[in-house]
Amino acid sequence: MSAAPHEDAHGHHPFLQHHFEDLGQQHEASTLAMWGFLATEILFFGGVLMAYWVYRITYPEAWALGAAQQNWKLGAANTIVLIISSLTMALAVRNAQLARRMGVVTMLVLTLIFGSIFLGIKAYEYHAHWEEHLFPGASFQFAENPEQAPHVQLFMVFYWSMTGLHALHMIIGAGLLIWFIWRAWKNHFGPEYYGPVEVMGLYWHFVDIVWIFLFPFLYLIHGVHHG
Amino acid sequence: MADHQAGHQAHAPQVHITPMWIYLGVFAALSVGTILTVVASRLDLGMWNTPIALIIATIKAVLVILFFMHAIHSTRLTWVVIIASFLWLGTMFVLTFADYLTRHWAIY
Repeated sequence: MSAAPHEDAHGHHPFLQHHFEDLGQQHEASTLAMWGFLATEILFFGGVLMAYWVYRITYPEAWALGAAQQNWKLGAANTIVLIISSLTMALAVRNAQLARRMGVVTMLVLTLIFGSIFLGIKAYEYHAHWEEHLFPGASFQFAENPEQAPHVQLFMVFYWSMTGLHALHMIIGAGLLIWFIWRAWKNHFGPEYYGPVEVMGLYWHFVDIVWIFLFPFLYLIHGVHHG
Repeated sequence: MADHQAGHQAHAPQVHITPMWIYLGVFAALSVGTILTVVASRLDLGMWNTPIALIIATIKAVLVILFFMHAIHSTRLTWVVIIASFLWLGTMFVLTFADYLTRHWAIY
């Protein structure tokens, strides 16, 4: 087993990289860099969302029909699950700031568990849509309203790609969490060096924010035809 | 490090420990926001259904950014990046919809 972090012979923190003056500068640089990355992510998801809105405005009836195919109860449950995971992620950062090793481990494990529950529910929904022939392509069927079927299929293209990109981010986040749980267990984090947990949190909360928008956009469109 | 200038004081990261009640309060607000989103979508609010869903989602996102992502305690440089990213997002939406929404002068 490798030793827990300690002041080495040169008198600097073992996780202070040599191109930084001190841990404060390293922390600020990593936080800023993560926000820079998130700026690209905001524009990446923003581009897909914008395309979604262009077609939603063009085919409002099909969008309402498409959203009506979703199980809003599962979507709402998943929203709550993801909010809980964001709370536990934030508390992991807080525990790192307070030098509570087991607190960090516990909160990261809980974040991983809630993230996995989210992915499990999502997988159940994907399976149901697959069985319902709501996957775009040769097997797509929408007998309820044949006239709108092509546009509902377009809605489902957005549904699968947006939730799929979101789920991909969740899977990457889950992988990072496993690594961070190991590091927290090794007692790598503390008030002087909680930056990595903070940066991991920034990513996780961003993915939560994406879902905060996807849920009403994909599950809860008030039908113009009922209006 | 050996090449530190004389008098340079190494500093640790700023630690702003957010009180538990803020984290729990934000969590409660996000949960209430989720319930409100569902309730509002099931009422017929005419043209207001979509704006209300957008407003609630935006408030939730701002709460997450300010308190869970600690933007409220971040450096000014970080604020520039956060604001710039939404400014570019806004530019993309405004310029695109300046086209799509005015092609037929229809009110959607």
